[in-house]
Amino acid sequence: MSSSEKIKNFFTEIGELTYFTRRFFKEVITRPFEIKELLRQCYNIGNKSLLLVSVTGFIIGLVITLQTRPTLEEFGAESWMPSMVSISIIREIGPVIIALTFAGRIASGIGAELGSMKVTEQIDAMEVSGTNPFKYLVVTRVLATTLMLPLLVIIGDAIALYGSFIIEYSKGEVSFVLYFNKVFNSLEFGDLIPATIKTFFFGFAIGIVGCFKGYNCKKGTVGVGLAANSAVVFSSMLLFIIDFIAVFITDIFFEI
Amino acid sequence: MNQSQHIEKQSVKQTSRKLMLDIKDLRKSFGDTHVLNGFNLELYEGENLVIMGKSGSGKSVMIKCLVGLMQPDSGNIKVMGKDIATLNQIELDELRTEIGFLFQGSALYDSMTVRENLEFPLRRHKHKFGTNIDTSELVAEALENVGLAHTIDLMPEELSGGMKRRVALARTLILRPKIILYDEPTSGLDPITSKEIIELMRRIQKQYKTSSLIITHDVDCARVVSERMVLLVDGIDYAKGTFAELAASSDKKVKAFFK
Repeated sequence: MSSSEKIKNFFTEIGELTYFTRRFFKEVITRPFEIKELLRQCYNIGNKSLLLVSVTGFIIGLVITLQTRPTLEEFGAESWMPSMVSISIIREIGPVIIALTFAGRIASGIGAELGSMKVTEQIDAMEVSGTNPFKYLVVTRVLATTLMLPLLVIIGDAIALYGSFIIEYSKGEVSFVLYFNKVFNSLEFGDLIPATIKTFFFGFAIGIVGCFKGYNCKKGTVGVGLAANSAVVFSSMLLFIIDFIAVFITDIFFEI
Repeated sequence: MNQSQHIEKQSVKQTSRKLMLDIKDLRKSFGDTHVLNGFNLELYEGENLVIMGKSGSGKSVMIKCLVGLMQPDSGNIKVMGKDIATLNQIELDELRTEIGFLFQGSALYDSMTVRENLEFPLRRHKHKFGTNIDTSELVAEALENVGLAHTIDLMPEELSGGMKRRVALARTLILRPKIILYDEPTSGLDPITSKEIIELMRRIQKQYKTSSLIITHDVDCARVVSERMVLLVDGIDYAKGTFAELAASSDKKVKAFFK
């Protein structure tokens, strides 16, 4: 495939994704609402990712603290550790790394699931039975990822801070209450609110890309693998773009 | 005068029967590939009509156009007198409850049990059976009809190919459709299971008085189930008639199907 064809295909895909997103917004506000399926997806997606997010968050907390401590010790600034770690985790590292982990787990899962439903004609079967497959499969999954990722990030951030506390506790004499007092004293709404808002967009991007890739899967079983793979790559790339835009806007309004 | 006019002898007295499907001059292309080039078809009430064609001849495309899964480039499709191109989504969904579709690969929902697979079409269309309907009774009855009542709590992955096809047939029947579309009902099955499926199709047709459109390239299946046949060649209804009439044809393209 020549590079001009690749560029053309890329922009065609962007166009199709835009159309797909527009259809999502149209379907999400029209009846019937698939509430039962939405709750099932929320449970599945949240439950599936909870352990992964917890382990990831815990390791982020441990690693950041271990890596940063020697530098702070050099300047005699160990007491700054809780505020430094909490701001970096809450503002940036927590949301981005947990969203990337979530994308790896969920976008690929959705891409493969819908892709295999597409190639085995299950989506067609749903449509001929008088159920709108877009509403039942896509709208519920995108809403579930949009709602669940912020919750998972909050849990992951809390576990990361606990991981950081464990290192601090093992290295020096800091109590749980003192450590978390310092954490909460250093955090402001300007740190929490924009970081939480952007996770809704991360969740939406992961859900919509996963569904788009799976729902438009072609080329049989090979296409299912491609859909799962490209869902992760495309959604991860989109996460960084959204993150840049979010940080840029936050800088304007909160002067970070 | 084309081949279909030569061969068609109206051996079935269709004129007195209600027209369930009426396709006129259906055309569909994918890029430069013209799959359907003016295909015509009529299916009458209670009739078993078989469409035979080579792989890639457009049989599945035609059947998907019938239920609105694909949009034809041109032509007219009337299902029980309703032109599907003029229906809105709600009307189309309502009409689809009158059409059962048995997919080639069964298309059972992997993530649901057999019971949930059968209950799924009832979610939106329970009203068809009145207000006090017990869905579990309908599910049990549909499974009993295909002889698989014991599989109700199994997952599709636990079923054999033949069982999947029968469960899919039960799911197709659960809304009591007036027309059933079979897309290669015996493909991928061993001869014994194929016979069982063919027998089941005949029994269902008698029991529910459905009109059936069967797409196949299985000559045995066509011989047993067809009242009338249409051969799809080069995107058109090349030849029409009973199995015996077509099998006796001297036309090369027609003979090729019965070798």
